[in-house]
Parts: sequence; structure tokens; C-alpha cells
Amino acid sequence: MSARTSRLGLRTVALGYLAALLVAPVGMVFYRAFEHGFAAAWHAVTTPDALHAFWLTVLMVAIAVPANAVFGVGAALVIVRGRFRGRALLGALIDLPFAVSPVVVGLALILVYGRDGWLGGWLTDHGIRVIFSTPGIALATIFVSLPFVAREVVPVLREIGTDQEQAAHTLGASGWQTFWRVTLPAIRWGLAYGVILTTARALGEFGAVSVVSGKLAGQTQTLTLFVEDRFQSFDLTGAYAAAVVLAALAVAVIGVLTLLDRRRAP
Amino acid sequence: MAIEVHGVTKRFGEFTALDEVSLAVADGSLTALLGPSGGGKSTLLRVIAGLEEPDAGEVRIAGRSMDGVPPQRRGVGLVFQHYAPFRHMTVRDNVAFGLRVRKRPRDEVRARVTELLELVHLSGLADRYPAQLSGGQRQRMALARALAVEPRVLLLDEPFGALDARVRRELRDWLRRLHDEMHVTTIFVTHDQEEAMELAEQIVVVNEGRVEQAGRPADLYERPANPFVMSFVGPVNRLGETWVRPHDVELMRDPREGSVEALVDRVVRLGFEVRVALTLADGTSLSAQVTRAEVEDLELEEGQIVHVRSHRSTVFAA
Repeated sequence: MSARTSRLGLRTVALGYLAALLVAPVGMVFYRAFEHGFAAAWHAVTTPDALHAFWLTVLMVAIAVPANAVFGVGAALVIVRGRFRGRALLGALIDLPFAVSPVVVGLALILVYGRDGWLGGWLTDHGIRVIFSTPGIALATIFVSLPFVAREVVPVLREIGTDQEQAAHTLGASGWQTFWRVTLPAIRWGLAYGVILTTARALGEFGAVSVVSGKLAGQTQTLTLFVEDRFQSFDLTGAYAAAVVLAALAVAVIGVLTLLDRRRAP
Repeated sequence: MAIEVHGVTKRFGEFTALDEVSLAVADGSLTALLGPSGGGKSTLLRVIAGLEEPDAGEVRIAGRSMDGVPPQRRGVGLVFQHYAPFRHMTVRDNVAFGLRVRKRPRDEVRARVTELLELVHLSGLADRYPAQLSGGQRQRMALARALAVEPRVLLLDEPFGALDARVRRELRDWLRRLHDEMHVTTIFVTHDQEEAMELAEQIVVVNEGRVEQAGRPADLYERPANPFVMSFVGPVNRLGETWVRPHDVELMRDPREGSVEALVDRVVRLGFEVRVALTLADGTSLSAQVTRAEVEDLELEEGQIVHVRSHRSTVFAA
């Protein structure tokens, strides 16, 4: 077989694989969503419950992304620049959400914050409700999307070294000035990449949120939970239309990622 | 004295980088820290800059103790070995950095940066990024950046180390002229004895974390304190307990008082200077540095037997 045909063969296999696993199912979702016309789909995603689910998901992203961006950059700085013994352990701990199934995360949160959990009694006494409420969903979302920023920023920090920061110090910059003017701009691409992955993960989270939310329509139902709810209620147009909204958000995120990659390339 | 270092010791784990180092640098002078790599020169520079805390001893700048004074408040400009440019900033912003963090007025910053870029011949490249500069240009940018905040002391870590030979020479001359104009007290680190001899008013030879000798270049060359300094500041022959520089070896056709026989192994003509490799009767090798005219007078050829003696030799007390 010539190099040309083998290359063509490889391409066909790769594209066929992607078509069967990605394009066809996602395409079907779009098709089924608009099967009964655009108006029906639009109606399905503008019901009060759907809108609530949409805004709750947006709120979760708006909480989880800044929280994990700040934590991720801080943790990366500690892992790379810190001089204490537990650094490797911290690095491993940060990867925990990658290793643990989201369902287990949800159960663990109930064990800690639930009515019979460690902190549950104290929280109930003070009138704070975490599980089956928005704070619980936020905690679950933050937990599952925690590693991305730190994982993206750590290698960038390693690569830039400490010379630029030390130069800034000798030029009179305080620690804070050095962070804002030198360190942060130097890691900005890694941070941006991490933020986008965090956003994508937070948008799509289902397992952990499903366990802690209680799935109350119009109250604790995120967009992914709304899709499941519509699907199980045989409202297929609603389920597919909401899925299309999720997919559109994800595509927007991928679009930003691609743009960033192009800017970072030179 | 602009800079005084008293008994500074610095250890990294088991390794002693600096072992009770003391030195004094006069106001407005140009001093070289000369020595082999890994000898502690850069560490000493970093201790003076405040980037490393000494385990013992003290650094004084302009008479003030620097104990516990952070690098930000030492009035020290440091040019790093690889220049440490801020890669995300243009040349102009790099140079302006120190003034901006001091919150100087905009107009003042602009004027000062323009002036400095002219000084280092980078006016045309102000809007470039460090990645778009050559090594020599990057080095001059780092120098302008350090000078912008008008440091009392300028520290240069291997300032010419990463450059090719021709650029090195140009920058060396340029730095010398710059220093003559600005009179800022300067210390630079180098492992190149020629560079140190040519640029510095004072040379401090540092080896294995200790100061071997400090003095004017001519003193170090003429009166080295020990064999290490003697061999580091110039080529040298060792004959038992005696040390002889190649240019102090005299070659003759006939025996004279104090001369011994030697076999000519090799004659290398480098223009005016000719290097002759010889072997003495006891098997010791010896190198001599003579002029072209002498070689012609002697009709020197490889394989010939000549008579040698030294004009000048040094014996170090054990």
C-alpha cells in the first residue's frame, strides 16, 4: 500500500469514528429538537422552569469559575513556588476530582452537609440549607471543576521560572505589584485555557449535582437536570431543545478556546 | 565605600556557596568578580542584591546595613545572566517598569525612557517584544531597565556570557564608556580573565566560595597571592615549586648562566606573538611566548635543542 492510500485510509477511519460517536448523535439531537418546528422548540425552552434551569446553570458557572480561578492560581503558585514538604500531596489532592466519580462527590457532600452530616446539625441550627438547595449545587460544581485551572497554570509557571519576578523585585515592585504586572500576564494563556475548561465542565455537570440538588423543578434544577426531567416525562421536544441550548453553550466555549489557541500560537 | 561585604557565609543544604567572604567596593568604581563557574560569584551578587539571605555576615550599601532590607529598597540594579526580560511587555514597557511601579508621573516616565533608549541605542526598537531582539539588544534593554530607577549600585551577572565573540567585544567597550559617563558603582561577574583585566579597576578573584585575592588588575597579574590566582589571571608554567609566565621564558641558542636544555616540540605563529611548546630534560613541558623577531633570530624549528631560563619566576610560601 502506498503512503498516499494509507494516509487516506487513516483519515477515513478517524473521520468515520468521529462521525459515528460524535457527529451523528449530536446531529440527531438537533434534528429531533426542531422536528416539530422552531416555534415548538423555542416554546419548550422558554417555559418558566426551563428559563429558571438556564439561569441557575449560568449562576453556577458564574460562581464556580471565579472561585476555581482564584483557588487554581493560588494552588499552582504554592505547588510550583512553595518550599514545604506537602507540595506533592497537594498536587495529588487537586487531581482528586478527576479520579472520583461525580456521584460519589455528591454522596460525600451529603455526608458532610446533609441533615445528618458532620456539619448538618450546626447548619440546620443556623437556618442554613446546603443540600437540596443552591449552595449544595454550587459546592458540587466547584468540586468537580476544581483541577482545571491549577493543572493548566502549573506547567506555565514552571516554564517561566522566577527570574522575571526577581527582576521585578529589584526594580522596586512589591509582591502584589509583581503578581499583577509580571506573574499574571505571564500565565494568562494557561489561566484562560483553564477557565474555559472549567466553564465547560461546570456547564455539563450532572452526576454530583443530581445527587445534592433534590431536582426540584423551578428551584434546584440545572439545565442538565432539566433535560433529564423532560426526557423522563416524555417531553422529547423539550428535552432535545434544552440539550441544544447546552450544546450551543459548549460550542461557544470551544469557539473561544480555538480563538485563544490561534492567538497563543505565534 | 559604596559596598562593603563582611564575613558573608551562604549555604545551600550541605553545599557552602560562600565561606566568610569580605570585600569592599569604592564609590563609582568598576569591579569584576572573577572565578570559575560554581565558585560562588553569582551567589555573592544575589546576596548583595537581597535575593538571597546570607546565613552569616553583613552587607552594607552606602554605609547602611542591609540586614532585613528587601531587594526593593536596596537601590540596586541587577542585570540577570539571561536578562530576565518581561516577555509580555515591549522594550519601552520593560524599561519603564521600575518607574511605573514607583508611580512616577507619565510625562516623566516617557521622557526618561526615551532618554535611556537613546543611551542604549534601542530607540528604533521601542515597540518590539524581547523575543524579537538579538542577544546583544536584549542585554542592552535589561541594562536600560536597571538604570531607569537610578540605582546606587549596578550588578551585572555574566553580562556578556550568552553573546558571540564579536558582540561581546563591542558591548565590553560600550559598557566601559557608559561607566565612564555615568559613574554608577558597578560590580560584574565573569569567568573570563581577559574581560576582567580589560574592564575592571578592581578584580576580586572568587573560588570555592572564598575570596582568593582582591586588587588592581596589574597587581593581581604581577603579585598573585597564590598559585590559583596566578594560573587564573594568565597562562603559567609550573616547574616544581616555581611558577613562570610564558612571556618570562627566555630562549637562547647557547647555554648561559642558569639555563637548561629543552627540546622544541611545536612552534605556533599567531602574528606578532609566537607560542613555543618545549620539553625539558626531566620530561616537564614548558610553554614560552616570544616575538616573531626572536624566533627568526634563533632560527627556531621543531625538533631543535635550545637553552632556556626565566627572567622572572614566583615561588609561593607553602
